[in-house]
Amino acid sequence: MSVDAATVRRIARLARIAVTDDEVPHLQGELNAMLAFVEQLSEVDVDGVEPMTSVTPMEMKKRADVVNDGEIADDIVRNAPATDDHFFLVPKVVE
Amino acid sequence: MTRLTSLTLAEARDGLANKSFTSLELTDAHLGAIEAARALNAFVMETPDQARAMARAVDARIAKGEGGPLAGIPLGIKDLFATKDVRTTACSKILGNFVPPYESTITSQLWRDGAVMLGKLNNDEFAMGSSNETSCFGPVVNPWRREGSNTTLVPGGSSGGSASAVAALLCMGATATDTGGSIRQPAAFTGTVGMKPTYGRCSRWGIVAFASSLDQAGPIARTVRDSAILMRSMAGHDPKDTTSVDRVVPDYEAAIGKSVKGMKIGIPNEYRLDGMPQEIEKLWSEGAAWLKAAGAELVDISLPHTKYALPAYYIVAPAEASSNLARYDGVRYGLRVPGRSIGEQYENTRAEGFGPEVRRRVMIGTYVLSAGYYDAYYLRAQKVRTLIKRDFEECFARGVNAILTPATPSAAFGIGEKGADPVEMYLNDIFTVTVNMAGLPGIAVPAGKDTQGLPLGLQLIGRPFDEETLFSLGEVIEQAAGRFTPARWW
Repeated sequence: MSVDAATVRRIARLARIAVTDDEVPHLQGELNAMLAFVEQLSEVDVDGVEPMTSVTPMEMKKRADVVNDGEIADDIVRNAPATDDHFFLVPKVVE
Repeated sequence: MTRLTSLTLAEARDGLANKSFTSLELTDAHLGAIEAARALNAFVMETPDQARAMARAVDARIAKGEGGPLAGIPLGIKDLFATKDVRTTACSKILGNFVPPYESTITSQLWRDGAVMLGKLNNDEFAMGSSNETSCFGPVVNPWRREGSNTTLVPGGSSGGSASAVAALLCMGATATDTGGSIRQPAAFTGTVGMKPTYGRCSRWGIVAFASSLDQAGPIARTVRDSAILMRSMAGHDPKDTTSVDRVVPDYEAAIGKSVKGMKIGIPNEYRLDGMPQEIEKLWSEGAAWLKAAGAELVDISLPHTKYALPAYYIVAPAEASSNLARYDGVRYGLRVPGRSIGEQYENTRAEGFGPEVRRRVMIGTYVLSAGYYDAYYLRAQKVRTLIKRDFEECFARGVNAILTPATPSAAFGIGEKGADPVEMYLNDIFTVTVNMAGLPGIAVPAGKDTQGLPLGLQLIGRPFDEETLFSLGEVIEQAAGRFTPARWW
């Protein structure tokens, strides 16, 4: 399988990465090289094979459903580019 | 000063214990070495004040007889590990000047045991790379050079800063992480020892995530014993990482020097690649001969799905990366590039913040997870992964204790020599990536040099949670091959 220029733009949009028109042909070439490389997997017989979900067999651990952390709002917003009174600021989303 | 930096971690530990020198003296010697080696670009942040403060505090503890297993040992920390109040970037522009308000579990265990932090080490951006050329801080230089040449070589990646710093005697050991070979390949390129533990052996909490089902942290050190010492402090159960395993941490150092007599060592036929350099072939047979001489039994084995590990990896790892890296949106931390809407702000921030390799992998990962392609790519790759793991399980069930392979298909290459074709760069990990796909432990041990005088490594692959056998076997190789130290030119 290979991707065309429209698909490259669609993937970029899904990945939320701005891509300029000039970059599309180059990206298309790179993505197609990777897809050509992984194409060899289609020759493997995977009938009846379970997909891997956990590489080490282990039981999913559960923890008590209790509050064990908190009151650290200063820490949480400390690295944010724009904040106001423990809120993250973003461009207007709702008119 | 030179004397102190050329000690092994084990020797320094003894010297500190019998008060031949203090941690402050040892730390100062390393800080001096780091300052003199800036040409290698191994450190992206030096923390001399913090290092000296930690050293003084640990000297006081040692004086009271309260030093831990790593008391006073100066280490370097890969910039993928969150360090409280010390900038952590994963060597990506998108994290900007992120200063974590918390400490990763692994580094907190190192400080608990008395280690001293010298600074943060360079790596490929988000650990995506095999040459340390994708870092936003620029490439790391390998302290090794080809004989009679001053071409600058890559140290491998993604833990290139860790490997370069350990090889150049800038720190006594370093933390590293390995998703497809990022501990073992740079160790092989620099003549150092790199251990990737079993998936779940070390906590991933506080390590910047790349591909969560493959990522595992481990040490890079100058000897097998040193890496065993570091492993004991790094391993252990962590309630904050649900994939970390609740198993007793053994005294790995006790495995050093243990007899390997009667152990069955598998030699996998599929690792004999067409066009593999003759010197790699030779190194591999030499390694096998050393293990045999030590009493191990060599058996030919087959791992039939080996050739599919790398293509399956380049579906699974980018898919997980595209999901993990969705968090970099310019809202809560890191870089923000404004846009007219929040959507445009996301897109501008991510376009500016991610380098070309990261962007490529996020995009391929997005594609293989997108509607209509999930089954053909991602699901198929996860089934192939089951088959890769089954290959190993069948060998271990037949009594094989460990598997011996080359660590890399070549020695270190020049900066800028590879990379025009991304797939060519990916082939560096052809011998290491199978281990991550199967969640197994693997160690790279220096075993010889190529015709140009560059170090080459062998890899040993073990049964799940049997790192001890790898340390015992690795020690046999190290004893036979000797140690490898680059001539100082920087």
